[in-house]
Amino acid sequence: MDDSDEIYGRVKQLVDNFNKKGVPVTPDTRFQQDLEWDSLTVLDFVAGVEDEFDIIISMNMQAEIETVGQLADAVRKLAKD
Amino acid sequence: MSDLFSKFDPLIEQREALLSSGLTDPFNLVMEKVESPTVAICNGRRTILLGTYNYMGMTFDPDVIAAGKTALDEFGSGTTGSRVLNGTYSGHKACEDALKAFYGMDHAMVFSTGYQANLGIISTIAGKDDYIVLDIDSHASIYDGCALGNAQIVPFRHNDIDALEKRLRRIPEGAGKLVVLEGVYSMLGDIAPLKEMVAVSRANGAMVLVDEAHSMGFIGENGRGVAEAQGVIDDVDFVIGTFSKSVGTVGGFCVSNHPKFEILRLVCRPYVFTASLPPSVVATAATSIRKLMHGADKRAHLWENSKKLHAGLKALGFTLGTEQPQSAIIAVIMPDLETGAAMWEALLKEGLYVNLARPPATPAGMTLLRCSLCAEHSSEQVDEILAMFGAAGRATGCI
Repeated sequence: MDDSDEIYGRVKQLVDNFNKKGVPVTPDTRFQQDLEWDSLTVLDFVAGVEDEFDIIISMNMQAEIETVGQLADAVRKLAKD
Repeated sequence: MSDLFSKFDPLIEQREALLSSGLTDPFNLVMEKVESPTVAICNGRRTILLGTYNYMGMTFDPDVIAAGKTALDEFGSGTTGSRVLNGTYSGHKACEDALKAFYGMDHAMVFSTGYQANLGIISTIAGKDDYIVLDIDSHASIYDGCALGNAQIVPFRHNDIDALEKRLRRIPEGAGKLVVLEGVYSMLGDIAPLKEMVAVSRANGAMVLVDEAHSMGFIGENGRGVAEAQGVIDDVDFVIGTFSKSVGTVGGFCVSNHPKFEILRLVCRPYVFTASLPPSVVATAATSIRKLMHGADKRAHLWENSKKLHAGLKALGFTLGTEQPQSAIIAVIMPDLETGAAMWEALLKEGLYVNLARPPATPAGMTLLRCSLCAEHSSEQVDEILAMFGAAGRATGCI
């Protein structure tokens, strides 16, 4: 997966908006260990992704998503349903 | 062997660092004597209580105490059983009848604590493939109710009507929906825009549960809570409450008009698989609830106390959780945990007890000195409280 993947590109753009520490973002970047966002930032970021793709990402699903690439895959699946 | 306790090391270290400065442990206070709903003896010192949630001061009401003593004599010290086996006495039914009368609702179910009421109702009514949409600042018992069940959990930004509506609209067609809200949020003492949120929830086909733990007996014309005050209680499917705040004992409940409500007594595990409340507790609760129905004067005085404390603290230069007083909780925002703990200790030495609240209980990593007022605080006590806040604030450099 790279920036030419349309959904990954849009997800990465949203990650960049909240990436205050300037962590280099790849599909393997992990939300918890690498980006280290607090719970409020996570909430706002998830809301941003939900609004961008008009989907719902429940906390149950979020628990399964560790990396930016996994999020793009989940979004792809949800947006199709 | 790996030590299962290693995961607590960061907390143990933070705690040790705080206490090594000689500070009194804010989470280990012992009350040696309790004189009234507003005064106790702590470390040998007379202390005004401003962090008890004892909003209506019912803990020393003579009728409440007499009812408890009679029940102890007549029914013994405990039921030793589940509500669905040997643990339902006439007192439990009388307590549920008092709740039905208080709320004007058809059904009431009493749990052993308020925590269990949320745990039980939420985990039971929302099943797999159902959606629970909840405010991000919800109480731990609501989150734990979600975790105990297996519904899809969708949080939204605190008190954000638009965020709630967007999420409700995106839930797949046909899925069951439960919106969980609170009347008063206990950390900052702010209230929810229930009028709009309940309307939005209903318009999107969701059932609505409102936790009114911090408003019962005080907010609304009949003390039924924020949903009553905002005129939407008839559109709320489930009201959750507790006996450990305004009612002045311990226990929890859910009231509802749902025609099938009674089935929950058989399927709700935190109701079935635990012992029922002791007879003395349900007797004190029932008596207290019936007295709260006629508590208009006390409610008015509590509002006066809340307004006076809020205005006084603001004038002293403290930063508060809400611009205006919205409930009987006034939260003073501290810059950090160290200052908060120092201020807490300084207040205790002045003779005032408040709650020190810190993450993860608080929103946005805040440290708070949370004050909860009582209808039994006299106006003079509020003056005393303000003087103590002034002295402690200056001593610790907070103001």
